[in-house]
Amino acid sequence: MKRIAKLPSYFVLILLSALFLVPFLWTVSTALKANEDAFTFPPQWIPNHAQWDNFPKAWTALPFTQWVLNTLFITVVTTAATVITSSLVAYGFSRFKFRGRNAMFYTMLATMMLPGQVTMIPVFMIWRTLGAIDTFYPLILPAFFGGGAFNIFLMRQFFLTLPREYDEAAMLDGAGFFRIWWKILLPLSGPVIATVAVLSFISHWDEFNGPLIYLNSPEKYTVSIGLRMFQDSYGSETNQLMAASLIHILPTIVLFFFAQRYFMKGINLSGLGGR
Amino acid sequence: MIPITRPIKRKAIKPGVAGFLFTTPWLLGFLIFTAGPMLTSLYLSFTKYDLSTMKWIGTTNYQRLFTEDPLFWKSLQVTIAYAILTVPLGIAASLALALLLNQKVRGQRFFRTVFYLPSIVPAVASSLLWMWIFNSDYGILNWALGLFGWSGIEWLADEKYTLYAFAAMSLWGAGGGRMVIFLAGLQGISETYYEAARIDGASPWQQFRSVTIPLLSPVIFFNLILGVIGAFQVFTQAYIMTGGGPNNATLFYALNLFRNAFEYFKLGKASAMAWVLFVILLIITAIQFWGSKRWVHYEGEAK
Repeated sequence: MKRIAKLPSYFVLILLSALFLVPFLWTVSTALKANEDAFTFPPQWIPNHAQWDNFPKAWTALPFTQWVLNTLFITVVTTAATVITSSLVAYGFSRFKFRGRNAMFYTMLATMMLPGQVTMIPVFMIWRTLGAIDTFYPLILPAFFGGGAFNIFLMRQFFLTLPREYDEAAMLDGAGFFRIWWKILLPLSGPVIATVAVLSFISHWDEFNGPLIYLNSPEKYTVSIGLRMFQDSYGSETNQLMAASLIHILPTIVLFFFAQRYFMKGINLSGLGGR
Repeated sequence: MIPITRPIKRKAIKPGVAGFLFTTPWLLGFLIFTAGPMLTSLYLSFTKYDLSTMKWIGTTNYQRLFTEDPLFWKSLQVTIAYAILTVPLGIAASLALALLLNQKVRGQRFFRTVFYLPSIVPAVASSLLWMWIFNSDYGILNWALGLFGWSGIEWLADEKYTLYAFAAMSLWGAGGGRMVIFLAGLQGISETYYEAARIDGASPWQQFRSVTIPLLSPVIFFNLILGVIGAFQVFTQAYIMTGGGPNNATLFYALNLFRNAFEYFKLGKASAMAWVLFVILLIITAIQFWGSKRWVHYEGEAK
């Protein structure tokens, strides 16, 4: 009886998930077609012959290897910096009392509401003065300063759920504050580290605005800017454009599937963040 | 436990000092990349600046924006229309989806993953993908609509439809992320509230109105605030898909600002635009906080 009552829900869920998946399927389908087959109406869902060589063609038409390496470098460094510095700052906010702590914490939360456009131009001027235009520094160094308010907040929320008795026991054993952070808190924080790492990886892998402002020479491009260049130069080769887009999408999806179990636990914390 | 590797020799740092030291990376970042630039940007907004010369011109930038800049008003109008269209609809749709999934359906994890996936697709890639979906001659959207007898809508070239196209894309791209947050919120509501309501004879709708909504209201509020802020910062999609066209119908505020700053190098004017944006968001957020007293319910209220 109860099962039958849920049938409409299943119907809606299956229909909606099909709708959510169609754009992916359509992209894959187009990426595997000969270009002239992409331009048929009504559209053909299953390609006549899967044209796997669209992928190497797109990859080699422009220097994607270089772009992927650039993006990986930026993404890996910023992600590591974000995890380490955000957890240090969160440790300070969650485990210590000091003057001005709450004022600082609320200021930090308030910065989440500040539109990036307000600081974009002066920050650009700083990097220009330092001669760092067309380098990776403007994209990497800011991650070393706590890695963003949201990540610090997530880390802090998680640390607050860990019993302080662990810290105290370690302290009795002679551990210093730094060791407590490294040896006690971090090893217990798998889910939130995974969440911050995945969110940071994805956001830097995706980032468009920063590279658009700071990178000028094509050999320094990231994948997102490179894909934009591909659109400009080979926009009519829709099959290859879709193949190139998939190359951009794939790492985020693979990463998400590997980290999903931990990741969802951590994301749930951000839901509690609203409380 | 932790082995003692060495005797305590250094004089221990006071906890208060240590706590402050641990937070200094954020504090430095805040001063260098947020507070300083905010003040600089405010100053710039009263100047004419093109990266080489800077001249103080008082409130001229603001006056010009308000009185003789139709593109400023157009971009503001486009952005507000988009926010009104997408934020309430997006929140309602994500909440509905979360409620569906929260009924202990089988395959909950599978559905959750499917709905979440679009939100991790890079913005440039999803823009290219949707351009192809919206293609008026060969796209699947017009093909699907054709099955119902509609034909040939120019989604990205006819200004009557562009905002709807962007809205559809945002439902796909942002719906899942919000849904996951709502789902977490729903799963945090204790079953005992529902039991009590059922004993009092509450119908499912009454349970939704009197238990779910009040207890979920902080999460809804959180999503509302961030949703509005996000809607005012749409940039990449417009830059890639339409370049602001047709006839400026997708000239989102952030795109207009970016152009003034980094294409026309009117950095003073762009800074003034950034501050206008900031003040608008502050006012909207303040109104939301003020209004929230009527409908957002915090358990315990204590911090």
